[in-house]
Amino acid sequence: MPGVALLVFREVLEAALIISIVCAATRGVPRRGIFVAAGIGLGVVGALLVAVGAGFIANLAGGAGQDVFNAAVLLSAVLMIGWHVVWMSAHGREMALEMQAVGGAVKAGSRSLAVLLTVVSLAVLREGSEVVLFLFGMAAGGIGAAGLVGGIALGVGGGALVGFALYFGLLRIPLQHFFSVTNAMLILLAAGLASAAAGFLVQSDLLPAWGTQVWDTSHILSDGSVLGRTLGILIGYKAAPAGIQIAFYLATVAMFTAGVLWQRRRASVRAAAPPFQQTTIARPQH
Amino acid sequence: MKLSLPMAAMTALACAGPAAAADPPEFALVIKNHQYQPTELHVPADTKFKVRVTNEDATPEEFESTDFNRESVVLPNHSIVVFIGPLHAGTYGFFGDFHRDTAQGRLVVE
Repeated sequence: MPGVALLVFREVLEAALIISIVCAATRGVPRRGIFVAAGIGLGVVGALLVAVGAGFIANLAGGAGQDVFNAAVLLSAVLMIGWHVVWMSAHGREMALEMQAVGGAVKAGSRSLAVLLTVVSLAVLREGSEVVLFLFGMAAGGIGAAGLVGGIALGVGGGALVGFALYFGLLRIPLQHFFSVTNAMLILLAAGLASAAAGFLVQSDLLPAWGTQVWDTSHILSDGSVLGRTLGILIGYKAAPAGIQIAFYLATVAMFTAGVLWQRRRASVRAAAPPFQQTTIARPQH
Repeated sequence: MKLSLPMAAMTALACAGPAAAADPPEFALVIKNHQYQPTELHVPADTKFKVRVTNEDATPEEFESTDFNRESVVLPNHSIVVFIGPLHAGTYGFFGDFHRDTAQGRLVVE
C-alpha cells in the first residue's frame, strides 16, 4: 500500500498543482466549480482510454508514439493557457474591479472557462493514464482490494491537500495584484510544460537536444526530490535541462509576455476612446 | 513562406537523417521480475547512444531517471528505445517508477 500511495501521490500532486493555479486564475467566475469538476471527470475518462489504448499509441509514429502523444498533450495545454493569459490581460483589471463591486459575481471570465476546463482535463489525463497503467499492474500482481483502495485514497487525498494549500495560499494575495500573480504563474507553468514537451521529443530523437545538460544544479536541488518536483511543475524547474528545453521555455515566456503587452496596449487604447455602448445609444438622437 | 506542420516534421526528419547515418550505439536493458538486467550499464562518455528497454514482465513498467531526465512507459512484452546523452563521465541512476523498491539500476558513463 505505501508504494501505491506514493506513486499516486506523485502523479496527483502534479495535476493538483495545475488545477489549483487554474482555480485561482478563475477566481470569482460563476459556475467555475462545475467546469473544473467536469474537467477532472473528462480527464479521468481520458486517462482510462489512454491507458487502454497505450499499446496502440506506443506503436504510432514508428514507435515514438508515446513521446509524440505526451508532447502533443503538453503543447495543447500550453496553447490553451496562452490563450487564457493573453485574453485575461485585457480583462483582468475590470474583473478585479467588478469583483470588488459585486462580491465576486463576474461574467467576463466565463468565456475563458472552457479553455481552462481543457487544461484541467489534459493535466488529469496525462498524469492519470500513468496511474491507471500502474494500478492495472498492481491489481494483476495481486495486491488485494484493501491495499489498492487504501493506497489510492491516501495518494489522492495527499495530492489534493497540497493543491488546496496552494489554492488558499494564493487567495491571500491582495486583490489588486491577484490576477497579475496568477497570470505570471500560468506563464511559468506553461513554459515548464513546453520544456517538458521538448524533453519527450528529444528522448525519441525527433528534436535535437542542443546540449544534453547545459547546466547541472542537481547537487543543490534534484528533480527527484519533493521540492524539485513541485518547482518542476510550478516554474518548470529542471536540474539539468537540455538546450532545446531552455529554448522552448524562453520562447513560451517571450511569446506570452509579448501577447500580454500587446493586449494591454489595445485595451488602454479602447479605454481612452468613448465607450461603445454610449455611442450606439447616442446615434438615434442625432 | 508558410511553414506548415508537415513541413516542420519533414525538416525535423531531414535533421534526423545525418544523425541516423552516424547511428548511435545501442544498449539493451531487460526488465524481469521487476528488476533491471543488467543493473549496471557501461556506456561511452560524450556520445549520444540509445537504450532499448524490454519488459518481460506481465505488468507495465516506467523506465525513468531524474539524473538524465528520461521517462517512458514500457508495456508488458514490449520494448521501447530511448535516446540518451551525450553525457559527461559519471554515474547516473535510473529506476522503474512502478516498482521503485526493486527496479533500480545505474548508468556508468566512462
